[in-house]
Amino acid sequence: MSNQTQTQTDNTPSTHTAEDELAVNIVAMHKWYGEFHVLKDINLQVKRGERIVICGPSGSGKSTMIRCINRLEEHQQGDIIVDGVTLTNDLKNIETIRREVGMVFQHFNLFPHLTILENCTLAPIWVRKTPKAEAVETAMKYLERVKIPEQANKYPGQLSGGQQQRVAIARSLCMNPRIMLFDEPTSALDPEMIKEVLDVMVELAEEGMTMLCVTHEMGFAKTVANRVIFMDVGEIIEENTPDLFFDQPQHERTRLFLSQILSH
Amino acid sequence: MSEQASYKPGEHPELPPPANVRGITGWVRGNFLSSPFNIILSALSLWFLWWVIPPAVDWFFIDAAYTGADRNECRAKAGGACWAFVGERLQLFTYGFYPAEERWRVNLSFVLLCLALVPVLFDHVPHRKYGLYYAVAFPFIAAWLLIGGFGLTPVPTDKFGGFMLTLIIGVTGIAFSLPIGIVLALGRMSKLPIIHISAVSFIEFIRGVPLITLLFVASTMLNYFLPPGSNFDLLLRVLIMVTLFASGYMAEVIRGGLQAIATGQVEAADALGLKYWSAMRLVVLPQALKISIPGIVNTFIGLYKDTTLVIIIGLLDPLGIGRASVADTKWAGLSTELYVFVALFFFVSCFSMSRYSLYLEGKLETGHKR
Repeated sequence: MSNQTQTQTDNTPSTHTAEDELAVNIVAMHKWYGEFHVLKDINLQVKRGERIVICGPSGSGKSTMIRCINRLEEHQQGDIIVDGVTLTNDLKNIETIRREVGMVFQHFNLFPHLTILENCTLAPIWVRKTPKAEAVETAMKYLERVKIPEQANKYPGQLSGGQQQRVAIARSLCMNPRIMLFDEPTSALDPEMIKEVLDVMVELAEEGMTMLCVTHEMGFAKTVANRVIFMDVGEIIEENTPDLFFDQPQHERTRLFLSQILSH
Repeated sequence: MSEQASYKPGEHPELPPPANVRGITGWVRGNFLSSPFNIILSALSLWFLWWVIPPAVDWFFIDAAYTGADRNECRAKAGGACWAFVGERLQLFTYGFYPAEERWRVNLSFVLLCLALVPVLFDHVPHRKYGLYYAVAFPFIAAWLLIGGFGLTPVPTDKFGGFMLTLIIGVTGIAFSLPIGIVLALGRMSKLPIIHISAVSFIEFIRGVPLITLLFVASTMLNYFLPPGSNFDLLLRVLIMVTLFASGYMAEVIRGGLQAIATGQVEAADALGLKYWSAMRLVVLPQALKISIPGIVNTFIGLYKDTTLVIIIGLLDPLGIGRASVADTKWAGLSTELYVFVALFFFVSCFSMSRYSLYLEGKLETGHKR
């Protein structure tokens, strides 16, 4: 399914349908932390509207990989093309990509000094230069979608973890991103709150958002993912549809991982 | 005791706390009489207050002389403080040697300063935006009023003195050291080597040198470096030195605040597409400055009190005026009154800053504790 011949032809716009269908195209990407080779020869093509779940043991590089997509981490070799724009050191490119790519973090990272509503309107007002009234309207629309419009004037510190994470999702959506990245969005939550966040994510998936989720929620993977990717020691070990991934894992390492997370 | 009713699970009502922890008796018991050691401490404190307060009130108010032509007249009237001395010298303490017929300009500047502070210090002021524009323009208006020119009689800065001088140096230092300190702190945390090294060298130099030496450099050495004949006002040099000195300390206080902000905050701002300066201004600095308020106000207070050091290079701040006054044979030996009076002035200023900082911390509290 991965076709890497497109990488050199990204200068010619619009006519390239195959190119246009790719939301994210990662080609032979490597990354090092100092001497440590964290990501090795990553190749990943994500079509528009596709939902990808990335799993793997801790330290396998899955978070680092999705953080490379919006340049929170810098890669040293290979290409990352997001929405037709190649990531380089050019700040203009990075800003363009970050405007189109939303991200949800494990620890929510809401801005504690701003109200929920201000959290949601900050970037639209200052990055997209949206008029304030319009930004507020959009923010309320998304807060209603994540089912907490009544919290709009509270501060993040007054909300539960699950509510905070839903605000974080709404905050990203306010920028109208074409792609959403989720970096272990439920790992810091109490069991009671995981479902409320997953429900929002499932709804988002059903609306056709392109999503890349690093998560260990295998139920979520089975219901919404088009593909599951398994990473270990900085490599993509296996990639398959959820059915095949869970029922017939190809690699010994994948089988071991699955047996460990599904055994209880 | 054991009349606790039993309730079904999930039906236990909310009961008031027991009587001995409620109300004024509970408060006294909890705070003053909670243990034998605490009882002894409370008793000792009471005794100490009884020992100190009545004689102090006596010296300050009851046995004090408020009028009198000189020291002897004062002493004949009362054994306590001789406030007649301070009363007679009040003009000098306030304005220094600023010409008497032009002192309305100093008073006007002071009123304008208070007006400029209102929009800066408080949120819910009508038309705050215009108030802030005015606050930015205020230093220039005040400089024109005090120094003169452009229609006003010029007053040389060596006539400035007293509390007026303290306020000029203190307010200028405070107003400029905060923004310079922020820039230095961000510079020190920059990944660009040239910016980083410049900021570090500046901060470490400033912190490694006593303020007095900087003031000496300002008063004498600069003449050697500047082209001959150039007249660089001494007060202006002092203002620059005091501001830079406070900025160095300010930078380190703010750096402490910046380092306390989780990297996730910057990542979230980056991920939303905010540029560096927007992320700093909207996300990082508001949080970092809030954490740094106690340190910032500490630096402000230190700076404000350090203004008394300008006496060393011959500027007549309140202590300088006071020393000259005590040397006057008419009032010789009344240094206690002098120092108490000056101390009171500084205490009122510094205590106000301290209270304001507490108010600000309370206002910015958003239930975020991590």
